Amino acid sequence: MTGLFKRAHGGGAQLTLDPIEASILRNLTVQMLELIGPGPGGDSATEEYDPLAALFTEGPSVPPTDPALARLFPDAYAEGPEAESASSEFRRFTENDLRAKKREDALALVRALDAAEQDRRGRPVLKLDPAACGHALSTLNDLRLTLGSRLEVSEDDDSLYRLPDEDERKPLVMAYLWLGGLQESLLDVLMS
Amino acid sequence: MQVVSVAPVEIERTESEQAPFAVPDPDIPWVTIVHNDPVNLMSYVVYVFQTYFGYPKEKARQLMLDVHHKGRATVSSGTREEMERDVQAMHGYGLWATLQHDK
Repeated sequence: MTGLFKRAHGGGAQLTLDPIEASILRNLTVQMLELIGPGPGGDSATEEYDPLAALFTEGPSVPPTDPALARLFPDAYAEGPEAESASSEFRRFTENDLRAKKREDALALVRALDAAEQDRRGRPVLKLDPAACGHALSTLNDLRLTLGSRLEVSEDDDSLYRLPDEDERKPLVMAYLWLGGLQESLLDVLMS
Repeated sequence: MQVVSVAPVEIERTESEQAPFAVPDPDIPWVTIVHNDPVNLMSYVVYVFQTYFGYPKEKARQLMLDVHHKGRATVSSGTREEMERDVQAMHGYGLWATLQHDK
């Protein structure tokens, strides 16, 4: 039985993971950060970071070709003769900010995982204050969107959930379902 | 000093901006639409509608059910700039949203 988020003393939420789960969650989040990529100013954690470029560089004008990224950064206009040009302009002015937001959410989760102290049985205990809960909730959703896109999850086809053990998609499906359970339990804490 | 305004009197419409369920006002021709997708959890969509728009739980839940069953729902209406903000926020939460002229 995997751990779920619980209400933490003094507000926020906490989650006891086993070490393997913590490392899977961290790896998936780091992989998504690599997929989203650094902003136009470069990596803000390094000395080459250019805050002016980050401020003044326009975003892309076409949707990402990677299906998972296209789902994370969708077109804003879908109907009408000017949908394409309006989407393109919207993207130029907003996509960099949106990518920055998703990076910050994901980095907050990585930092919280790295700061997790171990309980008496050596299991990391992820502690999130209310602000960190918001970041984690968004990132769990982005991770599920990314995996869901890779797995081509659909409402009409539940064959993914009955895969034989040898199917190479099985580990990703397990991760996808596990993240869903974590997200649901975090929502329970936030909504109660 | 008396100030005389030559600007036309503006019609107050804060009411309708807070009530996207109402019949769309022709003066407010833009809407934000959230589309169904197979990944987002129903409880998460309700949470986003409550948290971002400040809708009561019942209304948030009804909008989520509309998205789920009808494939899409109009979640807010207002000026184009306001709807672009809402769409960007929805994308930030990972919901699939678009804006368009209301018909």
